[in-house]
Amino acid sequence: MTRSLAVRALFVSLVIFAVFIAIWHVATMGGGFDVPIDPEYAKLVGTKSGMPGPLDVWWKIWEHLKNPFYDRGSNDKGIGIQLAYSIARVTTGYFLAVLVAIPIGFLIGMSPIMSRALDPFIQVLKPISPLAWMPLALYTIKDSHLSSIFVIFICSLWPMLINTAFGVASVRREWLNVARTLEVGVFRRAFTIILPAAAPTILTGMRISIGIAWLVIVAAEMLVGGTGIGYFVWNEWNNLSITNVITAILVIGIVGMILDQLLARATRLVTFPE
Amino acid sequence: MSGDKFISIEGITRRFPAPGGGTTTVFEDLWLSMQRGDFTCIIGHSGCGKTTVLNILAGLDAPSEGTVIVDNQAIEGPSLDRAVIFQSHALLPWRSVMGNVAYAVASKWRSWGRADVERQSQRFIDLVGLSGAEHKRPAELSGGMKQRVGIARALSIEPKIMLMDEPFSALDALTRGTLQDEVRRICLETGQTVFMITHDVDEAIYLADRVVLMTNGPDAVFAEIVENPLPKERKRADFHKHSLYYGVRNHIIDFLVSRSRGFAGEIEAGGFDRRRVPVVRPGAPEPVIAADRPARTPSWPGLSRQSTPLPDEPRRGSPAPTGHGGRRKMREG
Repeated sequence: MTRSLAVRALFVSLVIFAVFIAIWHVATMGGGFDVPIDPEYAKLVGTKSGMPGPLDVWWKIWEHLKNPFYDRGSNDKGIGIQLAYSIARVTTGYFLAVLVAIPIGFLIGMSPIMSRALDPFIQVLKPISPLAWMPLALYTIKDSHLSSIFVIFICSLWPMLINTAFGVASVRREWLNVARTLEVGVFRRAFTIILPAAAPTILTGMRISIGIAWLVIVAAEMLVGGTGIGYFVWNEWNNLSITNVITAILVIGIVGMILDQLLARATRLVTFPE
Repeated sequence: MSGDKFISIEGITRRFPAPGGGTTTVFEDLWLSMQRGDFTCIIGHSGCGKTTVLNILAGLDAPSEGTVIVDNQAIEGPSLDRAVIFQSHALLPWRSVMGNVAYAVASKWRSWGRADVERQSQRFIDLVGLSGAEHKRPAELSGGMKQRVGIARALSIEPKIMLMDEPFSALDALTRGTLQDEVRRICLETGQTVFMITHDVDEAIYLADRVVLMTNGPDAVFAEIVENPLPKERKRADFHKHSLYYGVRNHIIDFLVSRSRGFAGEIEAGGFDRRRVPVVRPGAPEPVIAADRPARTPSWPGLSRQSTPLPDEPRRGSPAPTGHGGRRKMREG
């Protein structure tokens, strides 16, 4: 039995998945240790159990996949449209944060004075939950869509800023000395020595940021409502459609994984072996 | 005054702030001059401040007092005229061999096009024997090859001075020997002025014209300048068999083992002038037979005849071998 590690790991994964689905199926068949169901509710939603089984969810996903982009008014949009809204907000806020965090991170990393001067601000602002900014954003921007972009911006900012500053400050002394002995100017040094040397650390910060941004967008959209996958979850909760909620949870997980993997790929591209 | 002083270290002092307040003086009031084309090695124990001297020459560090004049100009920071070969090779790992050398070339000649930069880089990659490895990343190279790239990078900007900080200390003995040969060949060919730090006495004797001996820090001084008495055309294979080799070697090792520690006593005894570091030229360890003895007298008793007769001077009294004579006759006829 000399199967490769990947094949054996896949086999174990499939077994775990099958066991999980089986338990879920048995547990939601009715009876057992399921939550006793209110007959009124059963009449309303028409199931034996309050909790949907894996098959219900599977058919729901199938239904969504068949027609992800329908739009039947503000409270009934396809899951694809809702996702597109969320992804658009995340990418906008995230890239604004990149534009701010990387130059400021460079400044902090290259200048000990700026590092000390900005440190207290960063230390105070960093632990603030991004959602705490929401009322302030709503009040000043007066637009729920822009406010959620702002919240994404503010939550993506810190990991990128701190990692960029750290990466820039810890560029090997000898590489900087090479640039100095070659009389390389400040800008050329920043782009040809510091940027490539710090790129793996910066990209790691960007990867942490995209993960946080994707966590926060769901909460932000639940709060401001209107559109987006977070709003979809809350709306389906209000509709008491647990099947849709579970579907949305799965979709959020998969999109988050894809975003993370994209950044992981990018990190691998700029990593250099030593 | 400065006609024969290409590099002139004039009274440099370097102090660092000490942890508990106050300052530590690494060295004080150092004076030394070097001529164009000189290969100078500096040797001394770890921590005596050799690297600080080299960094000051490179412009990477500044002296607390004093100044260094190179080619009639005081050093004010790093310069493309002074190339540094770092002990840790300091290659940029995200660039290929060509990329690393080209980075230096493009820094020196900023208006050059890509083709010119690559041609110049290629010339020096070939010179250090790395042809064919241009597109490899530093991580794919052995330690010796990495240091070759470092040497190519330093040479490619055609500097006035090469500064080397123990360039071969991280290499195995075999690679070190090969690279020393290459560096010596290149420096002789190009007439490069070199200032090199080393721990290795043999390396210093093989490479240097002059070996500067530095005492232990703190408050280190240049104690002596040892002029290398070995001929300039020395070969790795036999330089250690030269009659003066052990004289130089013993002198340097004596210094490193005992004198470097107690040199303050020698200074206090008087007569030591920091501005005129004594120059010594160690002779042979024992009295030797004069070199101009008759050419074919036996070197020592028992060796009464040479194993092979010299072709132009057949042994007197013995008939020339027939074959040999026959050929000669034919040639004459």
